[in-house]
Amino acid sequence: MRHAPLELPDHPKLTENITHFARALRKAGLAIGPGRIAEAIVAVKAAGFTDKADFFWTLHACFVSRPDDRAVFAQIFRLYWRDPQFLEHMMTFLTPAVRGVQDERRAQAAERRAAQALLPDEDPTAPVPGSDDATEIDIDATQTASAEERLKTLDFEQMTTTEMAQAKRLLAKLRLPVPPLPSRRFHALPGPRPDWRGTLRQSMRHGGEVTHFATKRVREKPPRLVVLCDISGSMADYSRPVLHFVHAVANRPGQGWGEVHAFTFGTRLTNITRHMRTRDVDAALALAGAEAQDWEGGTRIASCLHGFNRDWSRRVLGQGAVVLLITDGLDRDPDGDAGPVMERLSLTARQIIWLNPLLRFDSFAPKARGVRQMLPFVDVFRAGHNIAALEGLAAALATGNTGDKARAMAMMGTPNAQEPDRLGWSLQHRLASLQKRTP
Amino acid sequence: MKTIDDLQAQLGAGGYICDRPLATVAFLALKLGRPLFLEGDAGTGKTEIAKAIAASLGRRLIRLQCYEGLDASTAVYEWNFAAQMIAIRSGDSKEDVFSDDYLIARPLLEAMMPQEGGPPVLLIDEIDRTDAPFEAFLLEALSDFQVTIPERGAVAAPAPPIVILTSNRTREVHDALKRRCLYHWVGYPDFEREMAILQTRAPEAAKCLSEEVVAFVQRLRGEDLFKKPGVAETIDWAKCLLALDVISLSPEVIADTLGAVLKYQDDIQKLQGSAAKKILDEARAAIPA
Repeated sequence: MRHAPLELPDHPKLTENITHFARALRKAGLAIGPGRIAEAIVAVKAAGFTDKADFFWTLHACFVSRPDDRAVFAQIFRLYWRDPQFLEHMMTFLTPAVRGVQDERRAQAAERRAAQALLPDEDPTAPVPGSDDATEIDIDATQTASAEERLKTLDFEQMTTTEMAQAKRLLAKLRLPVPPLPSRRFHALPGPRPDWRGTLRQSMRHGGEVTHFATKRVREKPPRLVVLCDISGSMADYSRPVLHFVHAVANRPGQGWGEVHAFTFGTRLTNITRHMRTRDVDAALALAGAEAQDWEGGTRIASCLHGFNRDWSRRVLGQGAVVLLITDGLDRDPDGDAGPVMERLSLTARQIIWLNPLLRFDSFAPKARGVRQMLPFVDVFRAGHNIAALEGLAAALATGNTGDKARAMAMMGTPNAQEPDRLGWSLQHRLASLQKRTP
Repeated sequence: MKTIDDLQAQLGAGGYICDRPLATVAFLALKLGRPLFLEGDAGTGKTEIAKAIAASLGRRLIRLQCYEGLDASTAVYEWNFAAQMIAIRSGDSKEDVFSDDYLIARPLLEAMMPQEGGPPVLLIDEIDRTDAPFEAFLLEALSDFQVTIPERGAVAAPAPPIVILTSNRTREVHDALKRRCLYHWVGYPDFEREMAILQTRAPEAAKCLSEEVVAFVQRLRGEDLFKKPGVAETIDWAKCLLALDVISLSPEVIADTLGAVLKYQDDIQKLQGSAAKKILDEARAAIPA
């Protein structure tokens, strides 16, 4: 790229200060390379160094590239340009502690992997405290198939630690294929659209004689996946294995999904997308666990989904995203009304898939208030309590099967008279279309 | 244009009231010849500033509206295949069918070509609506100000155009693209600035009505809404009220015209009944004397 020639201004102190400031920002997590620093120095020269506010906005334009970084920038700017020494002290106090913790976490998971890879026949010499999958199980090869079969139908809740460790390995191999969406771009492959450019190139080779009429076809693109995972107490035994599954889906190229965004919710909504991109699954879940403060607490489904609609739906649900909602639907918030927020969600998402571990019970009936409010707005309703169920989900997505939704809706019966009124016309419309579909 | 104040005054004279931070970034973009990346909610005046800069500098505005699946043939250039075909068929094999005569320039290529009155303002609107491949394509165009046509080679701009990109943030634009630009988040204006904007855009509205409208919208942005009203909605609403000969806001008038401000049924429903009156009373109390 073309840079303006780097003419350093006549105040070497300022150049130095801007560089130090940029380093402070970098430590705070902003992505700033040397190119940007050089540019900031030129920009400050161009804008003139007269007013503190102008100086602020000049550096802001050069260093910030994400709305979330604005607050961090403002804080560091305020601290730094008041007293650079003060900030330096702060950094020395803060950074080692913060980085130390993260390094330790990452190293732990990676180290264990390395030990297992290097010493396949021996137990790792130092067992890592507090980890549930450190023990390596040696399975006899002749029994592997049946062990896997048994594991597939075993409820996550009833698994022992060792079984869970095996299950996690199986989950990592699981695929979630999805029918691609037609895009508005084209392949130069035979298809229904005329390809004038190709036709012309062909004819040029034959002295202007059109011997072959080239055509093109629509290119397909993978849809986005947005995972909303309930991590409250009632879901504790399911959310962790399911997050392993999500990690596998998010990190495998060619899985059939475009971008994968993941959120956890219990009493509040947490975006764990960036943590899910960490390649090591243990490290990823540890980071996600540190980020989400509400593991195994209560559930406030309606308010969390409302927060998602307000703050995130426009940013992650564009371009035909599919929502995978993993929850038992037991809303502990007495005032929560999940109906309207689910309606809003269903209007923005292309498809909502609800995995409910409670569905594994044959006697499951949609009696809970949360389930009754949410069910009309989901497209697919399935159990997600064991590996076979998750595999079934993959098959259902490919065939367009709606799972147990029709059965559950039939059990709910016709909603009482006031409900459609309250939830608006779209519910009535959806109920009508559903009744048309269900024989 | 020597200073930030000059630019701010010049834009103000052209009817675009911008705050100091935005003026600073725009000034830097012009001075350093860097693309300007504006992100913010819909209706906060991101597209308008490109028009205002083009008008105040007397440059041509070239607009590229992005959409999903935008490709090179609609964004950069296309060959006039019919004419090429006829030229070849007519047997005039001496003529080069890949000359300018057969090239249809689209916005990006047009912006790279010499223009009367200096380099144009290239507005790449709602970049978040397009997809990652097009973003990647823009990297070359925005860092070197040139586009490559396979049959012709690279076409470089004699002088870099003034590039303004806008995004509503319906998805995150890749860092590689943002890194090549100066970034600014365009937020909602404060009361005084919104008053100034409204009086410039709808000067026929009486001051007391404008004050009520702005205070009400400002207060409304504090509510828990799915889509907060932008400045564009404020201006629209004031014009609606003018068309209805309204002198002062009342809960009934608000209920009748709320569709100009809020565009989601859920949001409108939140203001049914006494809620509108409560907000109106609070807004009136907040108007500075």
